[in-house]
Amino acid sequence: MLTYQGSPQLPSDDKRWKIVEATARRHGREPHALIETLHTVQECFGYLDDSALRYVAMTLRVPLSRVYGAATFYHFFTLKPKGKHTCVVCTGTACYIKGAPALLTAIEKTYGVKPGETTPDDELSVLTARCLGSCGLAPAVVLDGAVLGKIGREQMLGRIEKGIRQ
Amino acid sequence: MTIEELRKIAETEREAERKFQHRVCVCTAAGCLSSGGDHVLDAIKKEVVESGMKNEVLVKGVGCMGLCSAGPLVAVESDGKMFANVTPEEAPDVVSSLDTGAGGPEECPTNVPFFERQKKIVLENCGKIDPERIEDYIAHDGYLALVTAIAEKSPQEVIQEIIRSGLRGRGGAGYPTGLKWSTVAKTGEQEKYVICNADEGDPGAFMDRAVLESDPHRVLEGMAIAAYAIGAQKGYLYVRAEYPLAVKNLKTAIRQAERLGVLGNSICGSRFSFHVDIRLGAGAFVCGEETALIASIEGKRGTPRPRPPYPAESGLWDSPTLINNVETFANVAPILRNGAAWFAAIGTEKSKGTKVFALAGRVTNTGLIEVPMGITLREVVNEIGGGVPDGKKCKAVQTGGPSGGCIPEAHMDLPVDYESLKSIGSMMGSGGMIVMDETSCMVDVAKYFMEFCMSESCGKCIPCRAGTQQMHGILTKITAGEATPADLALLEELCDLVRNTSLCGLGQGAPTPVITTMKYFRQEYDSHVAGEGCSAGVCAGASKGGHEEVAK
Repeated sequence: MLTYQGSPQLPSDDKRWKIVEATARRHGREPHALIETLHTVQECFGYLDDSALRYVAMTLRVPLSRVYGAATFYHFFTLKPKGKHTCVVCTGTACYIKGAPALLTAIEKTYGVKPGETTPDDELSVLTARCLGSCGLAPAVVLDGAVLGKIGREQMLGRIEKGIRQ
Repeated sequence: MTIEELRKIAETEREAERKFQHRVCVCTAAGCLSSGGDHVLDAIKKEVVESGMKNEVLVKGVGCMGLCSAGPLVAVESDGKMFANVTPEEAPDVVSSLDTGAGGPEECPTNVPFFERQKKIVLENCGKIDPERIEDYIAHDGYLALVTAIAEKSPQEVIQEIIRSGLRGRGGAGYPTGLKWSTVAKTGEQEKYVICNADEGDPGAFMDRAVLESDPHRVLEGMAIAAYAIGAQKGYLYVRAEYPLAVKNLKTAIRQAERLGVLGNSICGSRFSFHVDIRLGAGAFVCGEETALIASIEGKRGTPRPRPPYPAESGLWDSPTLINNVETFANVAPILRNGAAWFAAIGTEKSKGTKVFALAGRVTNTGLIEVPMGITLREVVNEIGGGVPDGKKCKAVQTGGPSGGCIPEAHMDLPVDYESLKSIGSMMGSGGMIVMDETSCMVDVAKYFMEFCMSESCGKCIPCRAGTQQMHGILTKITAGEATPADLALLEELCDLVRNTSLCGLGQGAPTPVITTMKYFRQEYDSHVAGEGCSAGVCAGASKGGHEEVAK
């Protein structure tokens, strides 16, 4: 039986843990703060690693299995670090109809990575989004946070190459 | 806060706006933001200052104007003009056109059906007010309905008004809103909750996003009125984490409303208190289902549970809970302000009011539209949407997302309302409307939606978890040209099984795209199986190996 008094020790002196700790505290360390806390961890560190999951479990006093369960259930959370650049291809219905599959094939041919994967040199992560809500701009791609709308294959590959080289 | 105080804020704000000779609104909602709306706003602001017109021209960032495909949009309120595809470099042209009334960048005509055929209730403020300023909302009659309700109406009277209006849930199923409210109200005095479902997961739908980004206070006001009517003290807004701008605007809105005393403790000096908290979704489509959403707010995996008990009796933390969609809440304040009879006069006999649709796909004008219930699909696609571009022919319209169906061109004279759409096997859904032309293969479209449901299935019940997997397998075989007629029969059987035995709406709705495409486009399935190829040219495999497979 785990009986923790107060907050557990932070995994490292990284200041970002204090932000995570603040989220847990704001929700009174109640178990229902689990998803909010995981959001904060991912916002601060980019992904959820083992030490983060363990820490969240301890600070909210929920079983590690439940933390892992939630972290793997929700698509938004990722357990792997992302590459230096990310390319999100929207695969919403409007984008699908207007050619998103061709964009993904082009990326796979050029960089050899499928959605959810990162190139071996950690330069590029390719992801898909269910819908960006920018259906007026279909097909849409988000490259390092910038939305590229009504984009063609060649144009997209050009932008990715430019992004990586910078 | 009293009604007089509210009116005073509104008057001060309107007067401040009137001082300006010209008012320029720049769209900074998600659609236009993606095409650089924020840079256009900055450029125009800078240009106004530099040309010394700071006191004559008011420049403000506003929410969605609807025509996302022509963004970034800039509207000049004073002379009713709208500019499309504006770039930051064109800012001087915009500003110089104000005085002369001529010139400026590419003009976007506003006397076209896209704007004229719409009827705006939910979106009335979108594209007009600055979503980050509560004063602007108040100047457009904001919070008047809430303050009046608290001061002059009993909770029971508010519920009666909603019942009389005939408002039905805009999340898709169309359950009468007033009835839901009165069920929760009847549970007596105890802890109750109001939840706003803003987990808009349908691919191809962005109605809720636009409302939250463009007019967040309207949703908060609707929630607060609901809380007053049912006797709740606490509310949650469950928003997708993928909508950062909506989250940001909502946070600002909640802070402003609390400071002004229209949310928080003892609202308007009454005994009624209501606090709203935001909860971020984490990318699970199933969390749009109400019991799964509640589980997610409780910090658990978002898996649904059997109903009854319905959330109205036992919801969040086993307390009575009212869950409504964003668009439903957005309709509440106008109904109270203008009266139930006004609302009930719009729409059809059983479906009152308007519906917001995200019109997208193979259509000239893509964007956000609001139309009265009962308008035909043909009017929406051909008149408002401007028809299918490139001289192609419309083949089908998909409504209701992954749980909805494909409506063939032949049925496009059908009125848009809950019952009609259901009668031909589709559903209203939350409001995604995707137009498809001859370049879309219906089998491929069915496969696309099945892939979505398969990966979004939470895995709790077997029909959905295993059934979607099997159906996706068969659809993949068909598109690859490897299926036999026996596979089609099996697919039909699985559709029936999954629809009738799944636990929640995700599983029950998953077969709908397959059922409707098999019903209306059977010849496409047959030609894929017979090896005659894919008429749309999408499925490369269907024309080759398929025939031999059947011959064997």
